[in-house]
Amino acid sequence: MTEHNIRNFAINFGPQHPAAHGVLRLVLELDGEIVERVDPHIGLLHRGTEKLIEHKTYLQATPYFDRLDYVSPMNQEHAFCLGIEKLLGLEVPRRAQLIRVLFCEIGRILSHLLNVTTQAMDVGALTPPLWGFEEREKLMIFYERASGARLHANYFRPGGVHQDLPPALIDDIEAFCDPFLQVVDDLDNLVMANRIFKQRNVDIGIVTVDEAMAWGFSGVMVRGSGIPWDLRKSQPYECYEEMEFDIPVGKNGDTYDRQVIRMEEMRESVKIMKQCCAKLREPAGQGPIAATDGKIAPPPRREMKRSMEALIHHFKLYTEGFHVPAGEVYAAVEAPKGEFGVYLVSDGTNKPYRCKIRAPGFAHLQAMDWMCRGHMLADVSCVLGTLDIVFGEVDR
Amino acid sequence: MTNGISILAHTNPTSGADALERLGDHIAGALGPAIVSRAIAFGELTLVVQASDIVYALTYLRDDPACAFRCFIDICGADYPAREKRFDVVYHLLSLRHNTRIRLKVQTDDQTPVPSVIEVFPAANWFERETYDLYGILFSGHPDLRRLLTDYGFEGHPLRKDFPLTGFVEVRYDQDEARVVYEPVKLTQEFRNFDFLSPWEGTEYVLPGDEKKSA
Repeated sequence: MTEHNIRNFAINFGPQHPAAHGVLRLVLELDGEIVERVDPHIGLLHRGTEKLIEHKTYLQATPYFDRLDYVSPMNQEHAFCLGIEKLLGLEVPRRAQLIRVLFCEIGRILSHLLNVTTQAMDVGALTPPLWGFEEREKLMIFYERASGARLHANYFRPGGVHQDLPPALIDDIEAFCDPFLQVVDDLDNLVMANRIFKQRNVDIGIVTVDEAMAWGFSGVMVRGSGIPWDLRKSQPYECYEEMEFDIPVGKNGDTYDRQVIRMEEMRESVKIMKQCCAKLREPAGQGPIAATDGKIAPPPRREMKRSMEALIHHFKLYTEGFHVPAGEVYAAVEAPKGEFGVYLVSDGTNKPYRCKIRAPGFAHLQAMDWMCRGHMLADVSCVLGTLDIVFGEVDR
Repeated sequence: MTNGISILAHTNPTSGADALERLGDHIAGALGPAIVSRAIAFGELTLVVQASDIVYALTYLRDDPACAFRCFIDICGADYPAREKRFDVVYHLLSLRHNTRIRLKVQTDDQTPVPSVIEVFPAANWFERETYDLYGILFSGHPDLRRLLTDYGFEGHPLRKDFPLTGFVEVRYDQDEARVVYEPVKLTQEFRNFDFLSPWEGTEYVLPGDEKKSA
């Protein structure tokens, strides 16, 4: 065979591929089985969320956030609500803060369960997703009991949350915690200790500290490289300050470390959930679940039957909406996948003038190119899995 | 490789107004005429920078030890059609060492390119492509300024304020041709954009019947 017969090979990975975690098209250039270049083509799930938000009132815009990272919906709503509250200068009642933190941690477990188990599936294991999805189902029932919807909750509202939690739900969430830790241990034994899983993940997709920062990484992607950076600790929002939990960090910055961190973070989330449940029962945890300012948060239903003022507030809020003072803010939360930020520009009317959604997955996915270079073709799905991509938020 | 711990000198947010004021003074002193204006609002520092100096400003903010904004967060556009330079390009950075955020803004129009900052932060690549795609803002020195989020062969820049929410084309699967076809948008009912701004607070438009007032 003469030399000019050897040529690089370009293949399409996706848009319909079970390991693409949604609709991703990767154009891979291969030299034999070695990846030379990766060109991700995204936007197949682009729905123009930011444009739509500009045409909706603030209250009508919150459900769009459920549809971004659809495996942990309430975490995204949280960032948007924080942005609005920052512009309004609104204080969230304590009970609402506790409920928000509780459901943010449920969202974190939902997301990590999906990621850890499906990443294991990408590298060849079939059982973990079955175990993980059983637990996810339980958590989504908690979502449903709180908000009425398993996924698209629309539960966090500017000024608080939409409904109070019934006491039985708090009991059930607490009862979920300890058995769930056993499931995490089982998953640990099944996946993390597995020889094949280690062979496929250790020393794959290594990210150094400098690379992580220059590429705009956040969340598990920087903690895997050894930076103890977590917005819940470093820039605490809501009542995270009083919660007791640890930030697991990795040592090697490889795929295996990141998956171990995700397992560990689920245990930490359970710790926070338990604390929230206990605090929600204390006398200090009682009280309103939304801002008492009738101009922002709607009145309770029973109030509307009696009070004319409440009725007017309700009517105004669900037609005109509330006006937000002009200005611009950036609000970020530690979503399960990293820093989820909302850059909100208000012009003083009832609709956002500009709402940029900073999705962690977007920054992570563009690193596919340099992270995969020199790796084998089979490692592409492994790296893609560890980036924790959900196309709802990448494509927006 | 930098040690992870040394990056985080302390973790108390320095977002207090004093600290931001001092940081703003420090940066304004160092960058001089590159800074057009600065403001602190809602506990966030915003600098408006000359478009031609953005690479210099970001390099300084990344490398100066008192700033150390080494962590890239976001680039996005914003459209203000009433202005002469209608677009803002907004940069967000984060300093892990000082636990501070900063926002830089650059103004431009749809003709004048903004220097690309890929050299400073490689992550700017997709963010600039997205800004180009959605607003039509040009970036000079970008190696690969293709569309990113919109469809292959899409025309127009959807996040501009003069781009209609419904868009111009719609797609459907055509049974006869056995392929997806693009057609101009047909609305089965008129596009409804409700005006909820309160009439009690003084409207600027004329309602039917208002003309009788002067008659």
